[in-house]
Amino acid sequence: MKYVDEFRDPPVIVRLARELAHIVEPGRTYRIMEVCGGHTHAIYRHGLRDILPPSIELIHGPGCPVCVLPTGRVDDGLAIVANPGTILTCFGDMMRVPGSLGTPLEHKARGADIRMVYSPLDALRIAQENPQHHVSFFAIGFETTAPSTALTLLRARELGLTNFSVFCNHVTIVPAIRAILESPDMRLDGFIGPGHVSTVSGCRPYEFVPRDYGKPLVVSGFEPVDILEGVLMVLRQLRAGEAKVENQYRRIVPWDGNPAALRAIFSVFELRPYFEWRGLGFISQSALKIRSEFAQWDAEARFELPGVRVTDPKAAQCGEVLKGVLKPAQCKLFGRECNPEHPVGALMVSSEGACAAYYRYVHHADPVFA
Amino acid sequence: MRFKDVQIEMAHGAGGKASRRLVEGLIAPLLSNATLDELGDAAVLPFGAGRLATTADSFVVRPLRFPGGSIGELAVNGTVNDLAVSGARPLALLATFILEAGLSTQTLREELEALAAAARRAGVSVIGGDTKVVEHGKADGMYISTFGFGTVDERALLAAGNVRPGDRVLVSGSVGDHGITVLLARGELDLEAQLESDTRPLTELAFALIDACGDGLRWMRDPTRGGVATALNELARACGHAVLIEEDSVPLRSEVRGACEILGLDPLHIANEGCLLAIVAPQSAGAALEVLQRTPGGERAADIGEIREAPERTVLGRNAYGGTRTIDMLVGDPLPRIC
Amino acid sequence: MCLAIPGQIVELSQDKPGFAKVEVTGVRRNVNIGLLEDEKVGIGDWVLIHVGFALSKIGEAEAQDQLRMLRAMGEDELAIDEVRGYTFAEPAT
Repeated sequence: MKYVDEFRDPPVIVRLARELAHIVEPGRTYRIMEVCGGHTHAIYRHGLRDILPPSIELIHGPGCPVCVLPTGRVDDGLAIVANPGTILTCFGDMMRVPGSLGTPLEHKARGADIRMVYSPLDALRIAQENPQHHVSFFAIGFETTAPSTALTLLRARELGLTNFSVFCNHVTIVPAIRAILESPDMRLDGFIGPGHVSTVSGCRPYEFVPRDYGKPLVVSGFEPVDILEGVLMVLRQLRAGEAKVENQYRRIVPWDGNPAALRAIFSVFELRPYFEWRGLGFISQSALKIRSEFAQWDAEARFELPGVRVTDPKAAQCGEVLKGVLKPAQCKLFGRECNPEHPVGALMVSSEGACAAYYRYVHHADPVFA
Repeated sequence: MRFKDVQIEMAHGAGGKASRRLVEGLIAPLLSNATLDELGDAAVLPFGAGRLATTADSFVVRPLRFPGGSIGELAVNGTVNDLAVSGARPLALLATFILEAGLSTQTLREELEALAAAARRAGVSVIGGDTKVVEHGKADGMYISTFGFGTVDERALLAAGNVRPGDRVLVSGSVGDHGITVLLARGELDLEAQLESDTRPLTELAFALIDACGDGLRWMRDPTRGGVATALNELARACGHAVLIEEDSVPLRSEVRGACEILGLDPLHIANEGCLLAIVAPQSAGAALEVLQRTPGGERAADIGEIREAPERTVLGRNAYGGTRTIDMLVGDPLPRIC
Repeated sequence: MCLAIPGQIVELSQDKPGFAKVEVTGVRRNVNIGLLEDEKVGIGDWVLIHVGFALSKIGEAEAQDQLRMLRAMGEDELAIDEVRGYTFAEPAT
């Protein structure tokens, strides 16, 4: 596969591994956070920890939009489809996320019309094909996905659809990074910055990280070569006593982002004054809501939603794993009460969840679990 | 293992962990007997001087027809294959049909013709069966259930318990073709590809291995629902050892890879209907591979890994630069109604 | 949902403006290219696809550049190691 296989080229990976082995200072440990859940998955999927020097510890960040969604919002989404004649559409990831009364998949098995889609445009098409039903799309994702939802809403308006709405749960990455940096228990040396979010937002939004906190941040791609090169670039900055934003993912990420995507976002969405994130609490200006001009396509305007705040079970340590304070296997419920078939929290089922990645790609071979 | 789920979900039919829990935690305990408790692909009973392999299977694929095959063909091949990987040539099949009111006779005729053709190709007769009709809205056109039986070749000494460290893992063809073909044939995704189901009878391939390896052939399985990953995890659990797969050596068509990348699926979890997995002694591996590649349907056969002592009951995948990951059983049901 | 993969534009939709057919190793999919309206995209271009939309054009030159640098990395070191080897191999006087 072009643009994939070359970035999995074994000789290049071996070279990067050797460079990394040479650059680490003896006796020093390095704590680097990969913000994005996609990076966490790639690291485990490709067995990169086998190649990195042991003194480099990768800390998993909160960049998983499904994982940070509070249970109350899942319940709100399920409340939409409880209205007769409604079809709820969502990405595959959402189907197994636990709400207070079961996952969307369990609700579907009990008769709720919940359908998995791969694109918000699929949801639009279902609305056009089912004029007698109301079709609602459960929108989640960071800046990567928000433009797609925006274009879909613009298209809904163009078509004059009256039976379509979006339940908007888009969040933005910068407040999450800031919350991590402000957290007193975090000692981090640098960051692997989100790759695909940056195709939309560009690299400038992260400049506060070196400027205000003195840490390097390297925007990286998702193939093994990308991640290793990103880590190497962080280490080179540390060795040189530098701190700046760099772009490893140059072939895809434009420094100034995607203007058309940003325009789409701003024309359809505005920032909520605050939004609750699982594990990080209420963060101001961290989530998007649909502008009032688009109210008739806003599920929160069209439906009465419970809006109840549901706290995580006491024993679950989702928040600490999301902040990188705990590794997945350190959560007391990991692999026992909480597993992919019976998840306690979304981290165990999301394709970007740290617990899901660890469970799927590592834990069976981890002697701790023998 | 106790089955604690309150209701049945799609995942219980996906062939992965939930299916295993249902069978091992509810069905098998309630019906328990020595033969059942072995939970092999086919149940083997002593019969006269030899052994009789028996198997039951059911087919709920949607759509009924897809590139490379249809439900009728799957019904024959799927049943014959459970017997083949148990070292048995099929003696006969019985087939029951559950038909939906409103199904066109033309469609039914086409399926029966496909079934008859598949039976001829597999060298087996359908000697009986049953038919029921249910209301419109149930049965999605038709469901087919089968029962098949055959005598086990005396040379076939196949059991997970025979598998030992050092043995090689072979696969007879490319993986994921069937599941992805059916998924695309539904037309719900905006994806096009030149891809066909790999459905075929595996008897010839299985017996080519029995002929070439004798007792160097330890175990075989046809990896249907749940894919190669699930079948190998079941093996690892049953034999107690580790299975190490060299990921880059698994034969994979580029279209299957492309579709899996787009959809976020793992090809190792996708159902196959025309390839088998075989564990062979290291000294037999060369001959085994060669004979598979010379047999129709086995052209893409490959040696994809080995059995190791540790980590116990685990399947690992290794990539070209030495990174490893565990390959888990299928969880959930990414592709419902594939078989 | 970070899942985004590279694909090549093989057709620009005549009847559906703002859409293109993109191919990923033999699999074709209709993709909305509305987010790339500021750029010129044409047949043969590679784009990053995410949930049915093209998010970015992939820069062939940047990719080749990067790979070239990475492949060359460490070669200087190899040369130095080789030279050092000769030094140690010299016979003692």
